[in-house]
Amino acid sequence: MAYVLTGALELGLLYALMALGVYITFRILDFPDLTVDGSFTTGGGIAAIMIISGYSPWLATFAAFLGGAAAGLMTGLLHTKGRINGLLSGILMMIALHSINLRIMGAPNLSVARLETVFTHVNVIPHMLIAIIIIKLLLDAFFRTDLGLALRATGDNPRMIASLGANTDLAKIVGVSLSNGLVALSGALIAQEQGFANISMGIGMIVIGLASVIIGEAIFGAPTVFRATLAVILGSIVYRVVVALALRMPWLNAQDLKLITAVLVIIALVVPTIRRTWKQTSVARKRSQELSGGDADA
Amino acid sequence: MLEVKNAYKLFNAGTPDEKVALRAINLHLDPGDFVTIIGSNGAGKSTLMNLISGTLRPDIGQVRINGQTVEHLTEHQRSRWIGRVFQDPMAGTAPRMTIEENLAMALKRGERRGLRFGVTRRKRELFREQLSRLGIGLEDRLNAKVGLLSGGERQALSLLMATFTKPKILLLDEHTAALDPARAELVTRLTEEIVGDLKLTTLMVTHNMEQAIRLGNRLIMMDKGQIILDIDPEQKKTLTVERLLGEFERISGRKMADDRVVLG
Repeated sequence: MAYVLTGALELGLLYALMALGVYITFRILDFPDLTVDGSFTTGGGIAAIMIISGYSPWLATFAAFLGGAAAGLMTGLLHTKGRINGLLSGILMMIALHSINLRIMGAPNLSVARLETVFTHVNVIPHMLIAIIIIKLLLDAFFRTDLGLALRATGDNPRMIASLGANTDLAKIVGVSLSNGLVALSGALIAQEQGFANISMGIGMIVIGLASVIIGEAIFGAPTVFRATLAVILGSIVYRVVVALALRMPWLNAQDLKLITAVLVIIALVVPTIRRTWKQTSVARKRSQELSGGDADA
Repeated sequence: MLEVKNAYKLFNAGTPDEKVALRAINLHLDPGDFVTIIGSNGAGKSTLMNLISGTLRPDIGQVRINGQTVEHLTEHQRSRWIGRVFQDPMAGTAPRMTIEENLAMALKRGERRGLRFGVTRRKRELFREQLSRLGIGLEDRLNAKVGLLSGGERQALSLLMATFTKPKILLLDEHTAALDPARAELVTRLTEEIVGDLKLTTLMVTHNMEQAIRLGNRLIMMDKGQIILDIDPEQKKTLTVERLLGEFERISGRKMADDRVVLG
């Protein structure tokens, strides 16, 4: 049991960077970006091929971040300059990336199991914990800068921030790039931790990222950016714990993982809506009865 | 300060639905002029505002701000000279961000936005001082989300955000029309104070005749895309609602038709 939980904590921390990327596009920019499924593999692929080619794993990991950011830049350009619908821009880029990733990797499967990675000499959990906290605090700080505020306003009230002279196209491009950079960084770390990169390692990432964001917000709340990024990281860990526990059920196995994820997201989306409706109805009833002086008690 | 020269704007040009939204508009505002604009439905008031702000471009004609030709510039390029408050209280502020964050964005009007913190201790002092001028207690709620404010409070905040960087031109687009009478009165009073204190060159569209007469030093009446009446500061001092309606009937040959007009 303890082994299951530490495993879940480790995966949760590694995937938390990806979830933070999804948070930036879905929540801050209000831009449903599906590039993620492709850029996650781009990150894993770049890191793996560079490590195999003898580069330092740190350089390989940084290059993976840049590769993901470049993919996000393309999606941002398609959407803002090409005037292509946001969802479609992401889907187009995701499909294009499948071929690009194969070109980068040269083969659908790359093993780095016996090579030196960033995790070779260290304990994953404490070091990832420190890395995640630093990245979280940097993100929080960024979203308090003038540029960061413009980015948040672009997702909140684009007309208003445009009338204040900010370039909303640029804000979207910066945000989507940053998001996919983080997603690719997560992919690079996962490839090194599990010892291989695979062409299909990114499939379903967007839903897992969304699951982490929604679960985190539902459990821990997200009144400020500081709290929201914290909630997303914790959401990523909770998601892994729930999945690990679910997979211990005798009637579920690993191939049910994607179904479990979809069901989790559906529950996390539907339950708060139902609860809100119930609450509103009961408050309205109570107020109506107060107004009627209690004599219309039914 | 602001000059519009022989501007035309057509919608659906060349189709059976063609509409001449603006026809031969000539308008000149001196620094510090506060001009109210009234007119019936579809008179072209909002189109004129959009032409000045850069949301729309004239088909022919010129727009000059501070002596500079601007009709080729986009809205966000012109934003450094123009502050604007819209009718919709939701339009001028970002609801999921705090009051101080909204003000910090307004403070950067038309400037480059870099990686310095948007809200600093010094700026917070400035925000508190500016907010206290509104007299509605917002200075104690710097960290409240703007989405939690009432329509009147949001519109007062929008007004402050549009004006506290002293733009060359202030555009007010029926900014009190969506508020209940008490809040509308508050925002009207604040408008008068702020425009007076900062001596802002202002254009205000309104449906409220009484407000149009009470505020500002000039009054313009529009009809069918044209300016049909331009009342100078001397005449405006003695203007009444009855005389204004009479003038409209005399010039246009029909009664003022506006389902939203408020006589005051």
